[in-house]
Amino acid sequence: MCTYRTEKIELDGAGKGAAGWFTLSGGAVYVDHPYHACHEHTVNIDFTNAAEGPSARVAVELTEESALALVEAIQKALAAAPAGLASARRRPAGA
Amino acid sequence: MNDAIWAGTVSIAGHESAELEAYLARPLGDRPRGGVVVIHHLPGYDDPTKEIVRRFAARGYAAVCPNLYSREGAGVSPDDQAAAARAKGGVPDEQLVGDVAAAAAHLNALDHANGRIGVIGFCSGGRQAFLAACSLQIDAAVDCYGAFVVNDPPAQFPLKAGPLISKAPDLSCPLLGLFGADDSHPAPDEVTVLAAELKRLGKEHEFHTFPDAGHAFFAVDRPAYRPPAALEGWKKIFEFYGRHLSA
Repeated sequence: MCTYRTEKIELDGAGKGAAGWFTLSGGAVYVDHPYHACHEHTVNIDFTNAAEGPSARVAVELTEESALALVEAIQKALAAAPAGLASARRRPAGA
Repeated sequence: MNDAIWAGTVSIAGHESAELEAYLARPLGDRPRGGVVVIHHLPGYDDPTKEIVRRFAARGYAAVCPNLYSREGAGVSPDDQAAAARAKGGVPDEQLVGDVAAAAAHLNALDHANGRIGVIGFCSGGRQAFLAACSLQIDAAVDCYGAFVVNDPPAQFPLKAGPLISKAPDLSCPLLGLFGADDSHPAPDEVTVLAAELKRLGKEHEFHTFPDAGHAFFAVDRPAYRPPAALEGWKKIFEFYGRHLSA
């Protein structure tokens, strides 16, 4: 049991799980033994919707390098787009 | 010699009568036999754990592993159940004890049961095997690298898992402990403290710490697998159960 802090976040978006697309409401990030990845420890990220039950989950298990590269890629992609373009507060064009 | 076994999914009534999925394996022969409750690791009720259950049956024991995360929903895959249980802080100690008691009763109700029960747990299940052996009348317990039996978990630890050493006076049976020298949870100093406390209390125990092995060295599907430690560990387990679970 090498599990430490779990970072929980609220999310607004959608994910595709085993049963198809569902609305995301939460996420968890933790460093622990993976379920499937062939490494002793990984950064595990769960995208979930608790109201839809445990099967509403998209899970990824990344090495530390991969997780950091993902963070950087997200930041670069956001920086390259107009500020607020993907914001939940943005109104649809013409509205 | 009849070494045929039956193995498959059964349903048992766990703590507070909750319906639990469980994986049972038992010999088809009619010799009296002891029972073994297998407590799965934190990642859940997975195929390698079921393989462990079959391994005990092949050696002449009836064995059952209750899915401790069954309450997360029937028909939910075990990895999703494990993630959901983890998000809730894991399995409460009281619930674990009730589920193990139910699994033991299920084994004792089977034909040819000799009434003797062993428990074995891996990772978080190692701690839970110790908990069960301090809370129930068990005949032999095996703790495979269970952490937080002695030490407090780190700050902001997400699971409800506190130290259990204060329960050591209630340990009801001999304890076999199998640990890795390179493990940090439990680290060798934690194992040393537990051994000293059991010695002080006059509790029968046998601890082995294997070199060049860390946490989860029995896990055949993980990079942590260490064949020399695992093979020697299995030998110790079967010697131990052979002494304590015979009719």
